[in-house]
Parts: sequence; C-alpha cells; structure tokens
Amino acid sequence: MRSGRTGYLLLLPGLLWLLLFFVVPFYSLVATSLYDPAGSDFRGYEMTYRFGNYLDAVTDYWRPLVRSLMYGAAATAVCLVLGYVLAYAIAFKAGRWKNLMLVLVIAPFFTSFLVRTLSWKLILADDGVVVDVLQTLQVLGDDGRLLATPVAVVAGLAYNFLPFMVLPLYASLDKIDHRLIEASSDLYAHPVVGFFKVTWPLSLPGVVAGTLLTFIPSVGDYINAELLGSPNQRMIGGVIQSLFTDANDYPAAAALSVILMVLIVVMVLAYVRRAGTEELL
Amino acid sequence: MSSVAEQESAATEGAAYDGLRLRGLTKSFGGFTAVDRLDLDVPRGSFFALLGPSGCGKTTTLRMVAGLEAPTSGSIELAGQDITRTKPHQRPVNTVFQSYALFPHLTIFENVAFGLRRRRVREVRTKVEEMLELVELTTHRGRLPAQLSGGQQQRVALARALINEPEVLLLDEPLGALDLKLRRSMQIEVKRIQTEVGLTFIHVTHDQEEAMTMADTVAVMNAGGIEQLGAPSALYENPQSTFVANFLGQSNLIEGTVIGRSADLVSVDMHGVAVSVPAVRSHADGAKGWIGIRPEKVLVGEPGEELDAPGNTIPGGVVTDVSFVGVSTQYLVRMPWGQELQVFAQNTGRNRLFRTGEQVELSWRPEYAFLLDHDQDASAGAQRVDAS
Repeated sequence: MRSGRTGYLLLLPGLLWLLLFFVVPFYSLVATSLYDPAGSDFRGYEMTYRFGNYLDAVTDYWRPLVRSLMYGAAATAVCLVLGYVLAYAIAFKAGRWKNLMLVLVIAPFFTSFLVRTLSWKLILADDGVVVDVLQTLQVLGDDGRLLATPVAVVAGLAYNFLPFMVLPLYASLDKIDHRLIEASSDLYAHPVVGFFKVTWPLSLPGVVAGTLLTFIPSVGDYINAELLGSPNQRMIGGVIQSLFTDANDYPAAAALSVILMVLIVVMVLAYVRRAGTEELL
Repeated sequence: MSSVAEQESAATEGAAYDGLRLRGLTKSFGGFTAVDRLDLDVPRGSFFALLGPSGCGKTTTLRMVAGLEAPTSGSIELAGQDITRTKPHQRPVNTVFQSYALFPHLTIFENVAFGLRRRRVREVRTKVEEMLELVELTTHRGRLPAQLSGGQQQRVALARALINEPEVLLLDEPLGALDLKLRRSMQIEVKRIQTEVGLTFIHVTHDQEEAMTMADTVAVMNAGGIEQLGAPSALYENPQSTFVANFLGQSNLIEGTVIGRSADLVSVDMHGVAVSVPAVRSHADGAKGWIGIRPEKVLVGEPGEELDAPGNTIPGGVVTDVSFVGVSTQYLVRMPWGQELQVFAQNTGRNRLFRTGEQVELSWRPEYAFLLDHDQDASAGAQRVDAS
C-alpha cells in the first residue's frame, strides 16, 4: 500500500491550483452569466437566474460567433496544409538540418505575440510589397487591399498558430518507421498511394492534436482581428473583451464566454470521436 | 535441386534465363563499396541463401533486387527482363523485412490483403483466407499486429509477401528477432511453405546453420563479393577458401609445404608428417598451403593405437582442454609444432574419454582433408559468436 496515500498527496497541489484558478473562476463566470443585466459594476449585480441572458447574447452576437468559428476553421485548414508539408519535410527530408529547422519553427515565440502581429500589419499594408505584387499581377484591383479583410485576419491567425500545428505533426511523422513506407512500395503501392494508405493514417494523431491546438486558440483570438481587420472582421473574443471592459455588461460577456466554451467542447468531442483518436483526450 | 554446374551452364546459355540474374552489380555509398561487381544466378524455384557476416553486402544486394536501393552499376534481370531501373512497386518481387514492417494501423487481414488491393486483384477475401490458413493465423485475422507474438508477426510478414506470388521472395534475416527455439521451428515452417508454393526464395542471413538447414543453394558472401556458392554439404565438405572454411562451421587449418602432385593426390609435408589431400579438394597452386580438416573428422587415440583411418597419422599430441557436451566431447590437442587443433569425438561409447595432459595421436582420412591457398588469412571468417 506504499503508493496509496502518497499518490493522493502528490495530487493535492495540482488539485488546489485547479480549484483556485479554474473551478472558482468558472463558477463565478457561470454565476455572472445568470445575473440580472440591469445591475452594474458599481451598484453590484443581483442573482436572478436569468437564463434569457443566453438567448440575448446569441441574438445580439451570432454574427461574430459564426465568423469566429469560420475564421478559426479557415486558419486551421491553412495551417494543416502548410504545416503538414513543413513537418513532412523536417521529419523525412531535412537530414542534418532537422534540429535547425525545428528551432526555426519555434523561433517566432522569442518575440511577443503583439509585435509579431503588428509586423504583419506592415507586411500587408496598402503600400506594402505584398499588395503591390498582387496588384501588378491583377489578383487585387488597383484600390484593392488586404488589411481590414478576412484574408488578413485568417493569414494572421494561421501565421501565429502554425507552430502549434507543425510540432505535433512532426512528432507523429518522425515516429513513423521508414521501413513501413518501403514495405508499402514493395507491396505495389505507388508512392502517392503509399502516402494515403500508410503515412497519412499513421500521422492522424498528430493531425488531430495539431488541428485542436490551432483551432481552439484561433476561435478565441481577437488580437489578429483587432490589428489586421476592421470592425467587419470582429471576432467573438473581441466582443467579449469589449463587453467586459468597455460596456461593463458582465452578464452578457459571461454568457457569451460560456456559449463559446460549450460550442468548442462539443465540436472537439465530435471531431475526436470521428477521427477515432479518443486516447488523445 | 540445383548445383553449381547447372548454374554455370545456365549462365552460359545467354538466352532468356527464367531465374534472377545479377551481372556486375555494384553499390557504393560514398567511398565505401558495399557490393562489388557481383555476378549471380538464382534458378527459378530454388531456395537460395546469401550467407555472410554483417557488412558483407548481402542486405544491400537484397535491397537492390527489391528496388529499394539503386545500383551504382551493373544489371538485374528477372525472368529475362531487365528490372535494374524498375520502381519497387512495379517489380514482381516481395520482401519479408527484418523487423517485419507490418502496418500497425491495419488488421492482420488488411496487412495480408495490402498487395492484392494495390494491384486490384479480385477475390481478395478468398485468397487472404487461404493464405492465413497456410500460416495458421485464421483466428487472428481481425487483430492488429501489436496484439501478436513475434513468431505470429513473422508469419503475417511471410503471408503478406507470399500472397502476391512474386517471381522472387526476398527474406531479410526474417528469423533474426526470434528466440532460438522459435527460430528452429520457423526454419522448418518456412522451408515447408517454400516447398509447397514452389516460388524462388532468396534468404539473407548471417546464421550459417539457418542457411544450411533451409537453402538448397548457399552463396557465401564476404566484402561485397561471393566467396563460394553451392549446395550446403558441398560448401561444408569442400570449402575453397579459408573464409568459407571458418565461417561455415569450424576448421583446423595447418600450414604445410607441397612435396608432390599427382593426377589425383597432392602430398604435403605438414611439420614433418607427410599427409595427402585429394587433388579435387586442393585449392592451392603454390608451394605452401593450409591443410584443412573439420574437427569432427579427426580421430583421437592413444599413441600407437590402431585407429580406423588409414593414411594421415600425426603423433605427439597432448590434450590441453576437454569439454564434454553430451553427444560429443570436444578436445583441444596441442601438436608438436605448437598449434592447438580441435577434435570433436562422438560419444559412441566405443572410445574412452581422454583427460587433460594425456599423450594422444591424431588421425584422419585423406579424403576428408582439403588444401587452401597459403596467401589467405587462416583466421578469415572465424571468431564469430555462433547462433547469437
């Protein structure tokens, strides 16, 4: 019975931490979402179990909510395509450059998130190189722009969360025994067929982990929409933030937060169940 | 059965050869030549073993036949067709990989069906069931490879390759990961399957016992080339180089000076004792040579004892070591010229056991001895850890 008590004792610090910084705030968030919205920060709120707050939040803010999910999905898709190619190259083709390339993938983290996003503002600026080139190529009209468009926001999200896609994908791909790929070509599989029959299924845990790590933070992100978009690209995180800090409408902000959280949890569960990778949870 | 003579005649025919033919096959990695101008004919339907120590180029040769490695030069011809540059997935060749390389995400059934599905063969289900029956794994069809034991995984790997009925089946140390007992039973199993399906098997191994038990032709490889090729018994009884003499079993190699050659006998002075070797077993042209004799062919007796071996008798031995191994007793006998010879005596009950320090006389029949080139290293191919 050596491990019995010690095990629980070791759990204690973590449990306390979760209680203090997850359970208590979460409880207060759910409670806030049911307050009477007539109250205010100064006069205090009254608990009236007003579930109508949720209906109000959805009717008022369903557009940014749907927009967030769509931007998040688009950014995740972009990350998956770019990240898979990059992770594949690092795992199978980089040879002795492997470690250097991995460092380069994480290198952006050495600077602040805000600074990186601000620099995208320069890259996508109306008189910047990218817009210039696209205008010359007639992809964009003469007064076409990238800033303040969904493209800019999705590009920013994809850029910021790409490492979260690449790293799990790399870990999955790097684990694949190269002899399995040799075996598939020995068994009459064209390299392309071999990829879809062997490499892709074996990399699925990485795909699932990577898409979750990209999708969840991108849906909740508001910095990219704020800096690279216009009010038309406003995402749900931005709405919640301004409801809390500018409008002082705590119940609405809390209700929106809970809605977003539930939506994401439901989507993630459905996705993981479908991908058959429950062991990740 | 195939003999060296048959192979040579097949090689000189020039017309379409229905087996596997390698010509001048070379593979270099940077400055290192793994396989050096290899010529080899593997007759259709034979069980062929490539035997050699690690690093001798046997696996590289196999990978070139499979198409997983591109030859630096030379050609590979299969059933009359040049496949040197053919992509691996287009070759009628399948491999049983050393570590099996089973697809971990597919069931046993799907692993075995993989090749058939890629070629869009019909009646996959019937064929896979038949194959699973052959390797006695029908009840495991729905499991994943990780749920099987090493021996079962090995059989799946074999079934997955065999089901495609390739022109040539390549086995890359397929039994290397199994324990000794399982390995012995799998050797018999694989041999049985080969006889049953009648396909050409090329088996790469470093285990001489495995090669000799399973294959009908063994090619001993060393340093990127073939040392000697032939039936296991021919290789063992009449090795043509010190490497083969030592790598295949054990040999006593004793320095000698040739004193006379007749049509069918070579007489050699071996440290003052005249011994003779049949001319067909002499592979040395020079004035000196290595007289080779297998330890189990040497008889040991008391000085002056009449041993059942007319011909070569060598007096003056002293027993320096005795190991009793049950079926036989292994002696080390120090000869007057200082060399220690190995003697394996069958425990038939007819001969008494000798003790360390006893004076003995050795003897062997001339027809068992062989003569090897003195320029070769007498210890080449020796000092392996056996059956590891």
